[in-house]
Amino acid sequence: MYLKNALRAVTALTLITTTSAFAETITIATVNNGDMIRMQGLTEDFTAKTGHTVEWVTLEENVLRQRVTQDIAAKGGQFDVLTIGMYETPIWAANEWLVSLDDLPAEYDKDDILPAMRAGLSHSGSLYAAPFYGESSMIMYRTDLLEKAGVTIPDAPTWGDVEAAAKAMTDKDNEVYGICLRGKAGWGENMAFITTVANSFGARWFDENWKPQLDTPEWKEAVSFYNNLLNSYGPPGASTNGFNENLALFQQGKCGMWIDATVAASFVTNPNDSTVADKVGFALAPNKEGVDKRSNWLWAWALAIPAGTQKEAAAKQFIEWATSKEYIELVASKEGWANVPPGARTSLYENPEYQKVPFAKMTLESINAANPDSPTVKPVPYVGIQYVAIPEWAGIGTAAGQEFSAMVAGQQTVDEALAKAQANTAEEMEAAGY
Amino acid sequence: MARSVTTRRKTINTAVAWAIGFLIFFPILWTILTSFKTEAQAINDPPLFLFFDWTLENYAVVQERSDYMRFLWNSVIIAGGSTVLGLMIAIPAAWSMAFVPSKRTKDILMWMLSTKMLPAVGVLYPIYLLFIQLGLLDTRTGLTIVMMLINLPIIVWMLYTYFKEIPGEILEAARMDGASLKEEILYILTPMAIPGIASTMLLNFILAWNEAFWTLNLTAAKAAPLTAFIASYSSPEGLFYAKLSAASTMAIAPILILGWFSQKQLVRGLTFGAVK
Repeated sequence: MYLKNALRAVTALTLITTTSAFAETITIATVNNGDMIRMQGLTEDFTAKTGHTVEWVTLEENVLRQRVTQDIAAKGGQFDVLTIGMYETPIWAANEWLVSLDDLPAEYDKDDILPAMRAGLSHSGSLYAAPFYGESSMIMYRTDLLEKAGVTIPDAPTWGDVEAAAKAMTDKDNEVYGICLRGKAGWGENMAFITTVANSFGARWFDENWKPQLDTPEWKEAVSFYNNLLNSYGPPGASTNGFNENLALFQQGKCGMWIDATVAASFVTNPNDSTVADKVGFALAPNKEGVDKRSNWLWAWALAIPAGTQKEAAAKQFIEWATSKEYIELVASKEGWANVPPGARTSLYENPEYQKVPFAKMTLESINAANPDSPTVKPVPYVGIQYVAIPEWAGIGTAAGQEFSAMVAGQQTVDEALAKAQANTAEEMEAAGY
Repeated sequence: MARSVTTRRKTINTAVAWAIGFLIFFPILWTILTSFKTEAQAINDPPLFLFFDWTLENYAVVQERSDYMRFLWNSVIIAGGSTVLGLMIAIPAAWSMAFVPSKRTKDILMWMLSTKMLPAVGVLYPIYLLFIQLGLLDTRTGLTIVMMLINLPIIVWMLYTYFKEIPGEILEAARMDGASLKEEILYILTPMAIPGIASTMLLNFILAWNEAFWTLNLTAAKAAPLTAFIASYSSPEGLFYAKLSAASTMAIAPILILGWFSQKQLVRGLTFGAVK
């Protein structure tokens, strides 16, 4: 008996000392998005549960990429958890820069992660980043303007439907523009959108031998359509509009339609910021009639662990906490269901409370309609829908984006823009050894 | 004889000077104005100049979300530390170059300046690796040293030109009167060079305060100064201009106030000459 008690005491003591020895401070690099800010505010819950404390480093998206890449490559060990996107996850995993997340405990329920998200954040069958929130793209439209114009948008519209609705809603004298789209140059700005338009017209970036395809008729048709749509029914100065600019226009009631990230739905329906909060409807991103691919993309902001961190165990605990079902419930209890991080877990969309949120159904359908492994009608050698998951893409995409932005601004024709983008892409790919 | 200037001409000159001054100051003014708008007003088209509902909401949000004082303290230590350290090295260096030049002094000066011609990003990786080895990443000590090294050529050059303007004859006269080297430096040269030293100090402090490349690249959570504080308010998905403006205003306010109070010193130092 005495021995038993002594053993128990020793075990208890060991447990206490190990727990306190493992209470660490982890550094997390992140971006300044609404959901991340909310997470920072809730960190106390994580500290209460695990004993670990958290230090946040918030950086601008591109600075974050550069800063984190440099630290990983030099093995600086400055960060224990990184916020990264779907584009870099497979590339960094292939470089062995990330720690595999395959050994997360069973109660984390990895199978609950939406299949499209899991596919995009994996490399060679292993999960390398856990989705914090995910998004696709969809149409957000003004129900009142549609009614006034006497047109409708079906749940699964074609580009023809979109053009007709844009034309009917445009009232330039009253500063109402039928459609707002991205025009600002950048691989994650206008090229994300234009690439999905191209996909929905049956085009592809590269053929099976990595030969650029921007000189094909499908690309010409897609880009001409985009250019005409934006210039005929879009707001003035559209060539410099990105996500934030279009969000502002839509919230001020100046856009009839806006095709962009599904996360925008919670912004445009928030009565505190939006003047049109109760007049917004949602539809799937369109396709060209007869083409079996819609123009919706797939993106996730995910949490990953850089190889070489000294605090892997604590970092894993953090990821487990931040991307768990319990975290979603925690946010819902404090901020309401409309503000939980969307697009990551299947169980969220099965929750009857969440199903009441107006954009929940269309967000899920949009995400499910996206398949990063098969983004185009014709076969392609790459992964990624609105991007090509190769390291060269950031450069190629941004250069092409500048040509298309200049085209929207009227500085060059569709043919000139496509020819320049094709030539530049071919040159870059050759230099990269494809 | 001074040139006579007509009143008309004076008025035109004043108007032009004010116009240029306003043009240069406008971006800062716009940032300050935007910081008092709501996010929707911040991106309003047409832009709102003065007639909007002024609000302090952005400042409240920024204050709540970030630990401003910690960033501020880091900025003060790094900018102040690097300035003091820089002056301790630069004053003797400029002294010897100005008053006891050797055959190679000019070359050394040019070589020092040439280090400023190298793009900073070119040495980022070597310095990063060195910092890892020395355990200086994300420390105020490391950043103070780097800031000092970066601004050293400018300090030496500025002090050198100020010292050069002090006629050697004054020092000779002091020596004739029996002043020792220590007395000569302490009682003759230093008082004469004080405006120059003060303006060098101020300029270096401002440069170190505003430096954004190294401060962003060599820090993470602990030693991050106000430049990192500003950078944390840009957002890819969501409106942020008003909050970013509030953060920027808070970051530039201390240096703006310092500049305002010391502008007399600054101008005097920049137009400094011993015998006028």
